[in-house]
Amino acid sequence: MPDPILSIKGLTKVYSGGVKALDNVELDIRKGEIFALLGPNGAGKTTLIGAVCGLVRPTSGTMVAFGSDLARDWRTARARIGLVPQELSTDMFETVFRAVAYSRGLFGLAPDKARIEEILRSLSLWEKKDSQIRELSGGMKRRVLIAKALAHEPDLLFLDEPTAGVDVELRKGMWQQIGALSERGTTIILTTHYIEEAELMADRVGIILKGQILMVDDKASIMKQMGSTEAIISLAQSLQAVPESLSAYPVTLSEDGCSLIYRGGSGDDASSGNVEVASLTKALIAAGIDYVGIDIHDSSLEDIFVDLVSEREEGTA
Amino acid sequence: MALGGTFNARGAWSIYVRELMRAMRTAFQSILSPVLTTSLYFVVFGTVIGARMEPVDGVAYGAFIIPGLLMLTLLGETTSNSSFGIYMPRFTGTIYELLSAPVGVAETLIGFVGAAATKGLILAAIILGTATFFVDYEIKYPLAAVGYIMLVAASFSLFGFILGIWADSFEKLGIIPLLFLTPLTFLGGTFYSIDDLPGVWSTIAYANPIAFLVSGLRWTFYGTSDVSIWTSLGLTFGFLAVCVAVIAFIFKTGWRLRE
Repeated sequence: MPDPILSIKGLTKVYSGGVKALDNVELDIRKGEIFALLGPNGAGKTTLIGAVCGLVRPTSGTMVAFGSDLARDWRTARARIGLVPQELSTDMFETVFRAVAYSRGLFGLAPDKARIEEILRSLSLWEKKDSQIRELSGGMKRRVLIAKALAHEPDLLFLDEPTAGVDVELRKGMWQQIGALSERGTTIILTTHYIEEAELMADRVGIILKGQILMVDDKASIMKQMGSTEAIISLAQSLQAVPESLSAYPVTLSEDGCSLIYRGGSGDDASSGNVEVASLTKALIAAGIDYVGIDIHDSSLEDIFVDLVSEREEGTA
Repeated sequence: MALGGTFNARGAWSIYVRELMRAMRTAFQSILSPVLTTSLYFVVFGTVIGARMEPVDGVAYGAFIIPGLLMLTLLGETTSNSSFGIYMPRFTGTIYELLSAPVGVAETLIGFVGAAATKGLILAAIILGTATFFVDYEIKYPLAAVGYIMLVAASFSLFGFILGIWADSFEKLGIIPLLFLTPLTFLGGTFYSIDDLPGVWSTIAYANPIAFLVSGLRWTFYGTSDVSIWTSLGLTFGFLAVCVAVIAFIFKTGWRLRE
């Protein structure tokens, strides 16, 4: 792996009330990638972003961005990092153009109307440049926050729940914009509740729970390693128990006895689950068990995420 | 695009300009309102009542109260402007931008405190100009007066900044200016010479630090004061140093900023 542009080692944050929001986090971010950080509410996603961006003072650990220690050379490092916060936090009485120009100045760059125009046009905000931010819709306000974060042309951009509360159409538009940013070479770290978003956008995925990173890997690799096949076989007549003849298969009976549920197959071989389901259907026929329908699908990133989080929570319960 | 690891002058300037523009956006509250209030003081105490009063320390009563009234406005407005300037970003969440930017304590103070102090100076100039319509006065040491006003404006802007970090509600934000600064300024010799107070009351009045500020400013105006100008200067510089130390501590520890 090439030198990471952000390297986090042993990062821990314990809040004054004793809550450990981050627990020895280790994470490297590669140049140019889109990295999705997944985790349930309170997992530590926003604290992790806050620690890197200077909003939260870490209890221990080191963070190096672009070769600069964020504790010592914070000015140099922060100048190359942008942040789009989760909340719609901006001066609502300011005009769009002035708000973005302020952000640029805050990061030490000379005024550049052409650059700001380019950013506003890319986010379809140019027509609203003289409007007060309070007059804009929620989706536009979120785009203003993105414009503000892009005003200093960051190399690394954090997007904390960028599509939270945004309708489906706007969400798709936002995905396109994130994709365009990535194509221009900006490294992007996003947190999201929408697993679909991570599945669609991310090159790599990290799963965080209770302040600990459970896994970090390429999205394709996670799907391959942890993916499985699920088939729900609707029976013509209900059963009391799974027949002995099916004991070789990873099947369970639904509570009402009307369905057999198969969960199996290996992510190493995407077709192995399907092959086994085909074999299972033959075994059903051989056993004289009639069925009226089969619903078969491969697990999504969401299934993997939910399983992983559930396993960990059960393990610590 | 990288910025060197040095002082971020553009960042400080951006905060400064933005804060001044915020004041312009709320010009009635920030400028017109205090000027109107002070003008009423000049009309009532300077022109109407002042005409019936004896001179104090050889200074006509209408002129005598100018430094005190100026201090009253200066302390209240610089403290409020500065505290509001930093409290609002904390309240609305926009503080994230400041904290994530390459700006440190120096840039932040120059931006927020500099703007609040500038607004204080603009107000002082307007009030002094307004006073000429109601009372006759001359400033004996104009440079010293400007310097002292700047010192007080900077000190109380720093104090307001601390207040804005400390406060976790609008009520707390208003408590110090309303319940402490205004009464202490009224009782700090704005309308009378402390030496004219009878017996023990004079001693008690000197426990009020604002009395030293009013006295110091009055010296720059008329060359007379209740206490030595050096005592007033020492106290003001001491207060400034304490405020700077507290703010340095806040930024070092992240208290109420990076929690």
